[in-house]
Order: sequence, then C-alpha cells, then structure tokens
Amino acid sequence: MTSQQSHEAQQHEAQQHEAQQQEAPSSRTSPLHAAHVAAGASFTDFAGWQMPVRYSSDLAEHHAVRTAAGLFDLSHMGEIVVLGPEAGQALDYALAGKLSSVAVDQAKYSLLLSRTGGIVDDLVVYRTGDDRYMVVANASNRDAVAQELRDRTAPFDVEVFDESDDIALIAVQGPAALSILLATPGLAADEGALDGEDFGERLSALKYYRSLPAEFQTRPALIARTGYTGEDGFELYVAPDDARALWDALLEAGAEQGLVPAGLASRDTLRLEAGMPLYGHELGLATMPAQAGLGRVVNLAKETDFVGRAASEEGPDAQAPVLVGLAGEGKRAARAGYPVFARDDSTGEDAEVGIVTSGALSPTLGVPIAMAYVAPRFARENTVLDVDVRGSRLKFTVTALPFYSRKKR
Amino acid sequence: MAAERDLKYTAEHEWLLVEGDVATVGITAYAAEKLGDVVFVELPEVGSDVTAGRVVGEIESTKSVGELFAPVDGTVAEANSAVVDAPELVNSDPFGDGWLVKVRFTELPANLLSYDEYAALTGE
Repeated sequence: MTSQQSHEAQQHEAQQHEAQQQEAPSSRTSPLHAAHVAAGASFTDFAGWQMPVRYSSDLAEHHAVRTAAGLFDLSHMGEIVVLGPEAGQALDYALAGKLSSVAVDQAKYSLLLSRTGGIVDDLVVYRTGDDRYMVVANASNRDAVAQELRDRTAPFDVEVFDESDDIALIAVQGPAALSILLATPGLAADEGALDGEDFGERLSALKYYRSLPAEFQTRPALIARTGYTGEDGFELYVAPDDARALWDALLEAGAEQGLVPAGLASRDTLRLEAGMPLYGHELGLATMPAQAGLGRVVNLAKETDFVGRAASEEGPDAQAPVLVGLAGEGKRAARAGYPVFARDDSTGEDAEVGIVTSGALSPTLGVPIAMAYVAPRFARENTVLDVDVRGSRLKFTVTALPFYSRKKR
Repeated sequence: MAAERDLKYTAEHEWLLVEGDVATVGITAYAAEKLGDVVFVELPEVGSDVTAGRVVGEIESTKSVGELFAPVDGTVAEANSAVVDAPELVNSDPFGDGWLVKVRFTELPANLLSYDEYAALTGE
C-alpha cells in the first residue's frame, strides 16, 4: 500500500519547504510539544510547525467535540498587536472591516485584502483596549500579515508588534466547554473586568465573539468565546510558559466531562462540516471575498478608504467561480484538487466547471461533503454535478453551507 | 492468525500470510497508523485476476487515500466483506480481522520482505 497524501498535506508541506528555504532550517514546535509527545500524538508539518494531527483516533476526537469537548493546541497561530491612539483608524484602512466600531472586549472576523481585492489572510481581530487590538493570523501568513500591517499603518499613530512567539493559544471546543472552564482551578477574571459579578457568572454570560480579560494562576490570560469547529467553545491566549499548566489543568478538569485532546485532522473535518473556509483551500490571493461568500465581511459602507476598496467595489468578474457546498452519497470523499464536471445542455457534452477545495467523509453526517469553486451558473442549490474521484465520476449535489449547525439552546 | 514475525511484507506496507497457494493480504499496523481512521475500503472482486504491483483497491481515511497494490500475481479467492462494512477494523486489528483479500497465487515474488527487513524499513 502506498499512501497518497491529501492535497492539504501536500500544500502544507510545500508551504513548509518554502518557509524552510527562506527562514528557519528546522520546523518549529509548540510550547506544548512535550505534552503531545507524552500523549502519544502523531505529528504533521503545518506551515513549518510540528503540530499534533491526531492523538489516537481523529474520528473519536471529532465526535468528542460534537458531543462533549476537545482540547486543541493552536499555538502556531500568529498574534500581531496593533497599539496606539489611532489603532482603530489604522485597522479600518488596513483591513476590510470597520474595526474602529468594534467594542472593547469584542472580536470580529475580518480579511486582509490585496490592492486587487484578493485575500492575503483571514483573521480574527480582538479589541482588547481602547487603543489595542490583537490580530490573529494563520500560521502560514503570520509574516505577511505582520509586514502588511506595519506598512499599511505607518502613516498612523500606532505601533505594530508581532507577539506570536510570546503567545500560546489553547482552544476548548464543544458543548461541555463552558462547564469545563468553570471546573478548572486557577482560572479567574481579571480584577478590573469584574463588575460585582463573579467569574463564573461573567464567563457564562460571555457572548459569542466576546472576550474576557482573565488570569490563570494569577498570570494574565485572555478568554474568548470564539472557535473554528461549529460548536460552542473558548479560545485561551496565555504566555508560552503558562501553557503547559493550563493544558494539564483543563484536561484534568474536563476528563469527567469527556474532554479529549484533539488534533488538526479533527479540526479540519469539524470546520468543513461547519462550512468554514480554510486559507490556502477556499481562500487565497486569487480569490475575492464575494466569490467565497464573504462579501459581507468587506465593509463598503465604511466612510474611509481601505486597501482593496476600489477592486472590491468593482467586484469579481461575472463569470468568476463561486464557492459552493457539495454533498454526495456513499462513502468516497471528493478531495481537494479533484475536478468538478457538469453536462452542458447546449452541446450535450461533459465540461469541467470547477474544482474541489476541501472534502472528506463527514464524520457527523456520514456522507461525503466538500467545498468547491464552480462556474456561477452551476452554483444554484440542488444542482447535481459530477466529481472525478480518481477516475470515477461520482454525483454530488450543491448544498447550502454550513453542512452542520449545532442546535441552539 | 500467525504471529507478525511469521508474515511476509512488502515495501508498500502490506503483509502476507502464506498458507499453501493462498496468500492472505492486509496492511500493516504501521501503515494503518499513518493513514489515520480508515472510513472506506474498496476491494477487488472475487475471481478477478490481479498482477503484482498493480493497484487493486483503495483504503481511505478522513485525511488521505491509500492504494492497495497486489503483492502477488494470482486470482482473488476471497475479499473481506467485514472490513468493507466496518473499515475501522483496519485500524483496530490490522493483522487480524482487518485482513483485506486472499489471493490464490502461482508463484511468490522474490522481493518480499521478512519481519526484520520490514521493521528495518519502517524504523520500528
């Protein structure tokens, strides 16, 4: 048997090779690496980092997140801080959204666009103070984002700090996430953040895409109700030196509630089910937000100019491919890079109309699901398309995203 | 099931249990571990002729696709329907209930590996 690695893995490796040639001679490891080794993790190269791909079973880890909770090490992500009295205005110019109108302790999903309206990276931006924002970037784009933010904010009264090496990120995702955090000793709200309420009340009341200045064992932490799995959950930003103690405390507190460490394999199937795009797959420099269904993230109502505005106003070509969800039958997955075909009614012939960007057998739904870019006239829901799965044509139906959404309580 | 030490192996991470003129074929625990959770297995039809080195089936995990190569020339005598119905057997019992096909062969190829040779190949 030989294993053909999925396109994802190949792309990540390619990125890593590039990174290795340009910078570090060897791949980097997370401050939690020893914990992963001790837990028997398998590792994968991800954007130049050795990160856990799975601990034992990626399916079990996926199901744990859907039914209980999973613990993810995301320390490879980039954190770039923009600080100064004009931080909001500077980000309004640098990014596609209106960050100046984001409240303190609120987060916003945003995009860093190129001048031609392509996507340099997708980001979560946390406003952590009147004049302080933390921009969280994909690991593969960390340097590009830091550089662009420096360049674009130069005319403003701000400073840009790439703090990625000084921040570790741990995510607790799943329906039991809140209960696990409440049971974890050492976690507390920052004193200034409490308004007569106790930590448990504040954490329970924390809304989606809001953050809470906190402490772990009296050391600073930021707890945010954000994630990339389609479940309720939290992301905890701490100093690398504090990451191991927090990881262990969460695992111990969560063990009774079904918390398991979860690797990047399950993270990928979870985000795919939740219809969330992944940079390098659904998003890239050649893609405009409108094609990816992210037109709402580009704030054209913003009064001020921003990088990529003119191109965004013009929008993509009318024939530019658009992102769709595809659901199949049986068990064979359509994977990244596989071509999509449709019958052309005018000629009666089979024509290539698109390409799959992500795909897997959905662990939750039991059917193959994929995201693909297809010509706009084949993007209507319920359109039946063929995907060439290693020589076999398999039927897939255009399906609204997300494939899975949790039941709101 | 014979001990792993008594099996033959290929560089493509298959194992063979040779009994008379029939070889039972599966993939090794090392290969199963590298693939991750197996979710789909496609096997050749019983009665079909297979040629050593040719792709005869597929083993898919959530993250990747593995091709099953025929390790010998011969005819498929049996395909494990249990593993088609429950692909997770490839992970849970790769050397046992997770076997894939039985091939009736005329001659074994000379390049099969011993347990020690295969262990040296995988570094385990």
